[in-house]
Amino acid sequence: MNSTLLVNIFRFILLLAIQIIIFNNMNFLGYISPFPYILFIILYPVNGNKSGLVAASFLLGIIMDLFSNSGGTHATACLVLAYFRPSIFKFAFGLSYEYQTIKLNDVLTPQRFSFILLSVVIHHFTLFLLEAFQLSFILDTLITTLLSTVFTIIICIIIIYLIKPNKR
Amino acid sequence: MQQIFNFIFKNSNRILFLLLLGISLALTIQSHSFHRSKIISSANFLSGGVYERVNNLHEYLNLKTQNEALALENAKLKSLLFNRKDTTVVKKLDSLKGVKPEDIVVSKVIHNSYNVYENYLTLNSGEIDGVKPDMGVINDLGIVGIIENTSPKYSTVISILNKRTQINAKIKKSNHFGSLNWNGKSTGYVQLTDLPRLALIKIGDTIVTGGQSVIFPENINIGTIAKIYRDKQTNFYTLDVRLFNDMTNLGHVYIIKRKDREEIINLEKREKDE
Repeated sequence: MNSTLLVNIFRFILLLAIQIIIFNNMNFLGYISPFPYILFIILYPVNGNKSGLVAASFLLGIIMDLFSNSGGTHATACLVLAYFRPSIFKFAFGLSYEYQTIKLNDVLTPQRFSFILLSVVIHHFTLFLLEAFQLSFILDTLITTLLSTVFTIIICIIIIYLIKPNKR
Repeated sequence: MQQIFNFIFKNSNRILFLLLLGISLALTIQSHSFHRSKIISSANFLSGGVYERVNNLHEYLNLKTQNEALALENAKLKSLLFNRKDTTVVKKLDSLKGVKPEDIVVSKVIHNSYNVYENYLTLNSGEIDGVKPDMGVINDLGIVGIIENTSPKYSTVISILNKRTQINAKIKKSNHFGSLNWNGKSTGYVQLTDLPRLALIKIGDTIVTGGQSVIFPENINIGTIAKIYRDKQTNFYTLDVRLFNDMTNLGHVYIIKRKDREEIINLEKREKDE
């Protein structure tokens, strides 16, 4: 229990740091930027404390807002993702979610991929919708969501493979 | 009473979510609706400090281009100095106060964003250097933005690449003015709206800041006309203005302190009250 808590705190700080220092400065084609910091929410233990996740996600988002001058858009997007995470689990993994034996930090299977995809899409769509804050920009919002999702997922999968705990 | 507690315990997760969602949505809506009222901004000890460290490292990589830009600017100033029409006439200072009407603070951009609809910069000078909200920010090529929030050591700038900026601008040769804003599409272009149809304009004309603004001095470069749209219904032009500045690559900037700004604002306020 204690070690998972420590791992999560460490992950929280590390992901925020690389997001702010490296990925916030990445602007592919001028407007596509990846947000791999949401890996914290994705990789949070399945049977962990739900209220803890919601509170931590809010904190994560508000720190991102602090650094990118975006009001409360990151906080809202992270909260929405954290709250709907159990439903996405149920959708992606079906029955095995009930047994709570899922490990995300592992080889990529279709279920794991669909879970990550759904999470990223939900987060990015909320984020870009609130960032534009105007329905006349809806087409731009959808395009940015689509392109950034692809970018974020690629980087997320690379990070997961890099930090995958060694079994042997 | 027991039931109320039971209800709260049962739904604690949902209640926490709704509470935090309310807070974050309120912050979002507030940041989109009101001018200069942002609670969460990067003008603070934590993010300002982190950005300054990162920028210090990053700066070494483009020392050369910065030096070239400074040398160019020096050459331009030298040529102005040598080619003055009458070198015996020195412009008079305001002898009453003993100071010029405008004062300039040199500052450095430590964080720059240009990929969202509402872009902000962070500068490494703040209240200690005398920076206050609503001061203009320029560099040697043209305007950059307006100071929005300040902390003792840092300040945030609302960039001209922001849907919420409105700056008074005019055609350099004819004094017809309009307001400058951004449609959120390209980082190289801003839009000049409400320009009267009477103005004689053509592609390539220079746009400068207008005299109506109390933030910027008159005749600071903005850009050149790139495209002209004629609105059928109204008597106004909308122009695409190509910026002189590359907003994606900013180093040192100048903050303009106008000494007579408060006087003008007070005067206009008195006029309105009467």
